[in-house]
Amino acid sequence: MSETSGAALEISGLYKNFGALKVTQDVSLALQPGARHALIGPNGAGKTTLVNQITGVIKPDKGTIRLFGNDITGATPERRVALGVVRTFQIISLFLRLTVAENIGLAIAASLKLDAKPWGSLRDDDRVVEGVAELLDRLGLTSVARRKVSELGYGQRRLVEIALALALKPKVLLLDEPAAGVSSRDLGLLLEILSRLPKEIAVLVIEHDMSLVFRFAQRITVLVGGAKLVEGTVDEVRNNQQVRDVYLGRRGNV
Amino acid sequence: MGDFLSTWLALTFNGIAFGMILFLISSGLTVTLGVMRLVNLSHCGFAMIGGYIAMAAVDYLGFGLLASIPVALLGTMVIAAIIERTLFQWTYGITELGQILMTFGLTLVMVALCNIIFGPLLHALPVPNWLTGNFQGGGIVISVYRCFLIVISGLIAVGIWYVVERTDFGARLRASVDNPRMARCAGINVRQIFSLTFTVGCGLAAVGGVLGTQMLPLEPFYALDYLILTLIVVATGGLGSLKGSFCAALLIGVIDTWGRYILPAGGGFVMYAIVLVVLLARPQGLFARA
Amino acid sequence: MATVSTGARPVSANIRNAFAAHRVNLVDIGIWVVAIGAYFVVPTYLSLGTTVLIMILFTLSLDLAVGYGGIDTLGQGAFYGLGGYAAAFWALNVTGEPISGLVVGAVVAGLLGLITGPIILRTRGLTLIMITLAITSMLHEFAVTAKSITGGDDGLTGYHILPVLGLFHFDIYFRTAYFYCLAVLAVAFVVARIAVNSPFGLTVRGIRENPMRMRLLGVRTRNRLIGLFTLSGAMAGVAGALTAQVTGLIGVDTLTFLVSGNALIGLILGGFGRLYGAFLGAALFYIFSDRAAAINPFHWLLGLGILLILAVRFMPNGLTGLAEQFRVFRDRRGAGLDRGGA
Repeated sequence: MSETSGAALEISGLYKNFGALKVTQDVSLALQPGARHALIGPNGAGKTTLVNQITGVIKPDKGTIRLFGNDITGATPERRVALGVVRTFQIISLFLRLTVAENIGLAIAASLKLDAKPWGSLRDDDRVVEGVAELLDRLGLTSVARRKVSELGYGQRRLVEIALALALKPKVLLLDEPAAGVSSRDLGLLLEILSRLPKEIAVLVIEHDMSLVFRFAQRITVLVGGAKLVEGTVDEVRNNQQVRDVYLGRRGNV
Repeated sequence: MGDFLSTWLALTFNGIAFGMILFLISSGLTVTLGVMRLVNLSHCGFAMIGGYIAMAAVDYLGFGLLASIPVALLGTMVIAAIIERTLFQWTYGITELGQILMTFGLTLVMVALCNIIFGPLLHALPVPNWLTGNFQGGGIVISVYRCFLIVISGLIAVGIWYVVERTDFGARLRASVDNPRMARCAGINVRQIFSLTFTVGCGLAAVGGVLGTQMLPLEPFYALDYLILTLIVVATGGLGSLKGSFCAALLIGVIDTWGRYILPAGGGFVMYAIVLVVLLARPQGLFARA
Repeated sequence: MATVSTGARPVSANIRNAFAAHRVNLVDIGIWVVAIGAYFVVPTYLSLGTTVLIMILFTLSLDLAVGYGGIDTLGQGAFYGLGGYAAAFWALNVTGEPISGLVVGAVVAGLLGLITGPIILRTRGLTLIMITLAITSMLHEFAVTAKSITGGDDGLTGYHILPVLGLFHFDIYFRTAYFYCLAVLAVAFVVARIAVNSPFGLTVRGIRENPMRMRLLGVRTRNRLIGLFTLSGAMAGVAGALTAQVTGLIGVDTLTFLVSGNALIGLILGGFGRLYGAFLGAALFYIFSDRAAAINPFHWLLGLGILLILAVRFMPNGLTGLAEQFRVFRDRRGAGLDRGGA
């Protein structure tokens, strides 16, 4: 059990029903700064709904969400982003007809509160351009800076998604299935980028790809039917019989 | 007091008659918008075409008003089917704005052709002798023709209701409106349903155009003049909702008629204001699909 | 953690160029050359020329809303008419000084945008279109009814516009009017260019592409759109004020959806979201409609309808879009085969 004082993100007793469907049942979770946490569970376990509640797109019926001790349960999505809660999307959601640099530039401008400036230009702002350059470099996207996102392959779009999230200077980063649809060649790059994420950020990854989960996460929470089944270190979860039965394989091998 | 009441009753009655015509014309559009999300600005043009075909039947073939209805219906449906198979193929998959511009272009073509063929003057189709005159009773004067309109439109509305709610085709149509993707997965041929519905919808508009010439006289700009009204009926009633169209059409018909009586010059103001309020309160329309 | 920096200057230049910007180029210069040249080459058509200039301004304002912001509005006529009536009012009751009249037109129209923007921009798609139509129609009906204020069907007239800057008198040959409108258009164009190249401009394009994503970047999208809408409306108001001033008359036909429709047609011809698409498209459309409609209005309608259908099908990005596609095609060919993604 981790101490919840000083937790970057703390969810307490979250409940959500869609009509008769209980999507989130009494879920509590704490992420320390620098956490590398994975959220796994079968399809329909309510993982994405949980992330939607954390980012403010859906309102929970009961429970609280705290960011560094401050209650953000009622905050708008825009406010949460400003406070440092950032997510990437399972279904890639970018500005397709803008270039890669523009996509990232927009995110940096937004975080610097520059987005409403009606004169001047982002390209002349050194902070923005250097920020874009740094992120492009970190994610290996420099060669496609001038291409429109619509022209990119799936794997590279994923990387742009992550760049966008990082540009917002997150304190809590929620990655919704970052490996989905990524080819095995790009997977290595993805893992490398995940390993190089800033140490202070609390990272929560929702994933189905177990190889990524086991290589990335320090702690794992297993969600089944909207409720927490098990939570612990990678080894604890791996060896847990319940988890094996439900999720990791019914073939019964060690 | 009795005089006042009878005026208002007569206005309401006329408003209902007007609304019925509006419903006939808009019913096809709401289904088109609901099933295929196609913003078809040329829809009123088909009502106009129907009216003109009937006029040609009356003037050149000596048909009476009622006999000209099947001619107009068939003629318009044929034209609609041809246009749907050809031009409308270009409208699928483009942006809303593109659909608006393209169908607007089609409307302009209709307007121009009707003027070239039929000339720019106003025309109203002659009312058959047995439908002329007025009912008088209790100080209230009601036109026989408008009575007839309401009855016929009512019957057609009932017929539409029956087909949509009680037949197999109707069930498939409703499924396509509610959720086109799911309907396709369930094996429903949504494209075919749309083609059929579109053609029938244009036919209904044609009937409305033929029957309504006393209130909406025929002239080449007919397609544009009543376009806004039709769009308002559909948007207010809710896209894809025939019930919504019916209620919105009656409501707007009555409000517009009253409005123009109270404020002859700017009577439309009231109607637009109410439409604005409705759309702001319920942007999906009164009876939006869930 | 050290960031690999392979020579800051060259990398930065590459990235700077990745940001789209409306650069001043030959086309821009060419436009102004043509505009100024027209004054000397076709001096008998200055009345038409003035109308074209005003309509270019109007179309430009619509491009800001539709092409950049993705706000599908058919209600631009409301701003145009309101700006015109405000300027006419100003000239009738306060002073015939023209530049203050322009400011009045811009402010009043901008206020309409600021007030109706928050209401309108809560909706999208067909509902948005219907609401803009309803508002325009309401203003139209009001103008027709309130004869004492607006002159009803006859419109407002009988005001006298003083010389521009006290120097240039308005004459019946539209000589002063032409350059007056040209100057205003130039200023408006500069303003539009600054706005479009700014961070605000890029944000607005992002909102058009993906509003939800923009919200999740922490941007208050509705406020940005309201700002754009207000700017677009104010510009349309200036166009209306110009019309009132140079023709000496403002009428209810400015408050219709046909006015917006004409501008949209200009944009489909010229191209959305590229500032000089408005120039090209509006000029083409208004010159043709003036000439062709004079010959036979219904043949003109027929041709226009067919043109619209073909334009949407074959050149949805307008003539400037075609030109751009051609340029990109030529560049790609010259640079050799493209490297594929990933």
